[in-house]
Amino acid sequence: MRRQPFRAAEGGHLVDRSEPLRFDFDGHRYEGYQGDSLASGLLAAGVRIVARSFKYHRPRGVWGFGSEEPNAMVTTGIREDARANLKATEILLSDGLEAFGQNAWPSVAWDMGGAVGLAGRLMPAGFYYKTFMAPTRGWSALYEPLIRRMAGFGPAPAAPDDAFYAKRRIHADVLVAGGGPAGVAAALAAARAGARVVLADENVRFGGALLRMPGEIEEGDGLAWIDTAIAELETMSHVCLLRRATVTGYYDHNLLTVAERPDDDVEPSTPAVRLWFVRARDVVLAAGAHERPLLFDGNDRPGVMSASAAAGYAHAYGVLAGRQVVVAGNNDSIYAVARLLRGAGVAIAAVADSRSGGGVPDLPCRMGWVVERAVGSRRVRGVLLRRADGKPEDKGERIACDFVAMAGGWSPTLHLHAQARGSLDYDEERGLILPGRAGGVNRSAGAAAGRFDLDGCLAEGWAAGLAAATSSGHERPVGPPPRSPNRSAGDAPVSWQVGPGKRFVDLQYDVTAADIELAAREGYQSVEHVKRYTALGMGTDQGKTSSMAGLVLLSEALGRPVARTGTTTFRPPYTPVPIAAMAAGLVGEGRDALRRTAADDWHEAQGAVFTAAGLWRRPRYYPRDGMEEVETIEAEVRETRGGVGIVDVGTLGKVDIQGRDARVFLDLIYANRISTLGIGRGRYGLMLREDGRVFDDGVIMRLGEHHFYLTTTTAHQHAVMQHIEFLLQTVWPELEVYASDVTEHWFAAALAGPGSRALLGRAAPELDLSDAAFPMMAVRAATVAGLSALVFRMSYSGELSYEIAVPADHGLALWTRLLSEGREDDLTPYGTEAMGVMRIEKGHVTHAEADGRTTPDDLGLGRMVSADKRGVGKRSLDLPALRQKGRRQLVGLSVIDTQARIPPGCQVAESSDMKPAPPLGHITSFCYSPTFGRAIALALVENGRARTGQTVHITSPMTGLSMAAEVVPPVFYDAQGTRLHG
Amino acid sequence: MLLIPCPFCGARDETEFVYGGDAGVERPRNPETTTDEAWTDYLCFRDNPQGMHRELWFHRDGCQRWITIERDTRTHELGAVRLSRS
Repeated sequence: MRRQPFRAAEGGHLVDRSEPLRFDFDGHRYEGYQGDSLASGLLAAGVRIVARSFKYHRPRGVWGFGSEEPNAMVTTGIREDARANLKATEILLSDGLEAFGQNAWPSVAWDMGGAVGLAGRLMPAGFYYKTFMAPTRGWSALYEPLIRRMAGFGPAPAAPDDAFYAKRRIHADVLVAGGGPAGVAAALAAARAGARVVLADENVRFGGALLRMPGEIEEGDGLAWIDTAIAELETMSHVCLLRRATVTGYYDHNLLTVAERPDDDVEPSTPAVRLWFVRARDVVLAAGAHERPLLFDGNDRPGVMSASAAAGYAHAYGVLAGRQVVVAGNNDSIYAVARLLRGAGVAIAAVADSRSGGGVPDLPCRMGWVVERAVGSRRVRGVLLRRADGKPEDKGERIACDFVAMAGGWSPTLHLHAQARGSLDYDEERGLILPGRAGGVNRSAGAAAGRFDLDGCLAEGWAAGLAAATSSGHERPVGPPPRSPNRSAGDAPVSWQVGPGKRFVDLQYDVTAADIELAAREGYQSVEHVKRYTALGMGTDQGKTSSMAGLVLLSEALGRPVARTGTTTFRPPYTPVPIAAMAAGLVGEGRDALRRTAADDWHEAQGAVFTAAGLWRRPRYYPRDGMEEVETIEAEVRETRGGVGIVDVGTLGKVDIQGRDARVFLDLIYANRISTLGIGRGRYGLMLREDGRVFDDGVIMRLGEHHFYLTTTTAHQHAVMQHIEFLLQTVWPELEVYASDVTEHWFAAALAGPGSRALLGRAAPELDLSDAAFPMMAVRAATVAGLSALVFRMSYSGELSYEIAVPADHGLALWTRLLSEGREDDLTPYGTEAMGVMRIEKGHVTHAEADGRTTPDDLGLGRMVSADKRGVGKRSLDLPALRQKGRRQLVGLSVIDTQARIPPGCQVAESSDMKPAPPLGHITSFCYSPTFGRAIALALVENGRARTGQTVHITSPMTGLSMAAEVVPPVFYDAQGTRLHG
Repeated sequence: MLLIPCPFCGARDETEFVYGGDAGVERPRNPETTTDEAWTDYLCFRDNPQGMHRELWFHRDGCQRWITIERDTRTHELGAVRLSRS
């Protein structure tokens, strides 16, 4: 194990030096402390190369401090535990952590792909577009695998991620995005005013910029003031504090997403990521600012980093990014950074300030000097400084150092403001893009709004928090705002150095200043096009550190003001969110509610094999010892047709319709006439969509003068209710009709088969089941098996059949009592497979046939449409398109070869050769019919009814199978319906 | 995601609702005397305005009421919301 050569003797408010941790990086073991990030641990250990760049495989080191990090992308864990493309700056060190650098082989320290760096000049902007044009075949065979091996990030994990991800939804008066001084002040003001506050910050500790650099608030340490404020907020039950939680997206109507990465050391059951959906009345955007890079040759070398990050590692972790530093920049922050580093034990080689002026006496200042080049390849060994106003031929001065802290000024974090469609204003004088008019209900504060002094951040945050609380109706007194003596703004003039060499703008995607200039020369003007052409800002860091520089360079190259160039669109998420977190609750068991019928316990105890029908589960068949699935289903059919069977039809949609105008309404929503139905009678009904296509079917019973009960298909329960309510509420509101979905209120079972009458006769001895007393399509209230029930005489199977409905609470009792009563009849429970076989044999249509394209006539149900009444869909049936010849019509197909079986997905064709040709039609339902001893099918076939008696071919081009079949009427079984009358 | 102020249930997430299209479409009073062209207009043709749009939404996971909403198609800003049946 290696010690921590770059850990300062003291300091580091985030680390606990009493708790050392071991971790592995690229197979080497290192030591860090509790509280370290992987980035600080690696820096403390002296690991300088932590990644290889995307395109050129150049060695890269830690650049930033948090989510803005463009370089230090790593994979943690191996195989199924592997998580790729994580930022080392955001990973909390834990004992035994295994991490790997990415985009390198065999390791980031020794990478074969690095040789590409030598040929780097061959890969300018648009390289892929220009080089890999032809031949197109070459793309998949050659270029793509090559590019994929050379470019890209971490490998996809080898197995599904079995970590736990979660979602949570919350309403808030005020969401505060960012927990720096402005955000904490805002949260405190809003919470004291009485608002329900959610405060989210991406770091492990609240404090924002104060984590990296000390500041003074209320005559004390700034971070101590933050801690006190957080402690006060923690006592308030209406405040929710989220650490390591990044506000990632701002959506319509103030819905924001927050990706929280809980520290799983706290408790093992916490999710890897918890995605919050916060609906906030008002939002304070206090997400701070990102430090800008300086554009000099070699500004990507390991050891060249953001100045505030370099300060942050020293202040927060007691970690030094090197022994000797050159601090370079264009604003006052360089002096504070240099003093902080010096205090932590770093030698200050030079402080290069691009501005002219006096400098400060305690530091080796070079006023009016800039970095021209960073020297060194695997890590920085020095810099070449030159005068900012000098001529190119002026000789520079080389200064040795082992890291460079660069401060190019600050870019406000505009992402959330812009995602909410707020406008952006360019402040030419300050060189800043600032939030303009707000899109949603929000306000920006602090550095995110261009206030860079601590006192200004506190004041603005406090005011924003108060305003947000007021706008959400909370006005309790809050006391005076916190103050700070730190009032220096530290703005940086816009100055992007121009010089030769590899000046990286986008470190993550290896986009250089030359690439942007080339794009402009080649005619690209729109910033959106330049982004796509050069890949600027397209990495996982989404241009946090690069977009401003790119924008200015492009504007300069095009010779137009920055304000005219504009920015690329800011889209969520602000930082990468694992898809697993978005999918939490949407995959696997528990995704949907499971609907079970009242008899489900019995089915389960019976070992039924279930199938999904919407959210319902229904028995497919009931397995029998020693019998295959197919044999079992055949047996269920045979025994029902030959004796008596019972099937659970509790899943059918059921609607109770009442009201003075119920009859009028039912005539309008069904294609056939319902109003003539007598009390105690039922009728099959066909429902159309307004465009004339068959929508649903079912049975309507009339229970009283103004009282009806109708069934829908299982699949369309909700759609039919929506349709009924649409018509009642928007089209015919004058009708007095009340529709209630009573699907859950009733359970129903059907007894089917020639033996059903005898069995029901014993179960309901008071009920007269004679044809005269209880004819087909009649409904009776009766006591069945001791339970109050409605009995309908109707048939789906084609056999004599009764459907018995009882209140759902009695469903299981009905089912089990009928089963035991039926023991002497050999009563056979059957599932959806047997039910399906019998309905195909009987030629009943389902949604396989009524597929949203078929009219009643297509399905052979044209005669059901009542000619002498109005109704939904009726008018459309007269449209020319629905009457023209050549429409596909429902027919039966009887396969001639009794051994043949129909595969799924078949077409109907004139010939068996399966040459490409428009088919005659397609199979909608098929089965092996045990009744006829051959495969049969229902099909929609062009002019199908006219083909009755002809031979067609059922073809399956996917499997190469084909079989001849005779076209027959769709009702195979008992076309006269004599069996229904038993 | 929209937050829709249902007149019965209060402000609810869009996911509880089903979109029902243009609220300005009127079903012809006498379909049988309506020309094919006018009928197909009613069936198929809808304006796609930039700006305020009156539209129907069904509160499927709530009160089962159809409501009429004014929504700005550019910004999703909502205007008046009322029960369709009134």
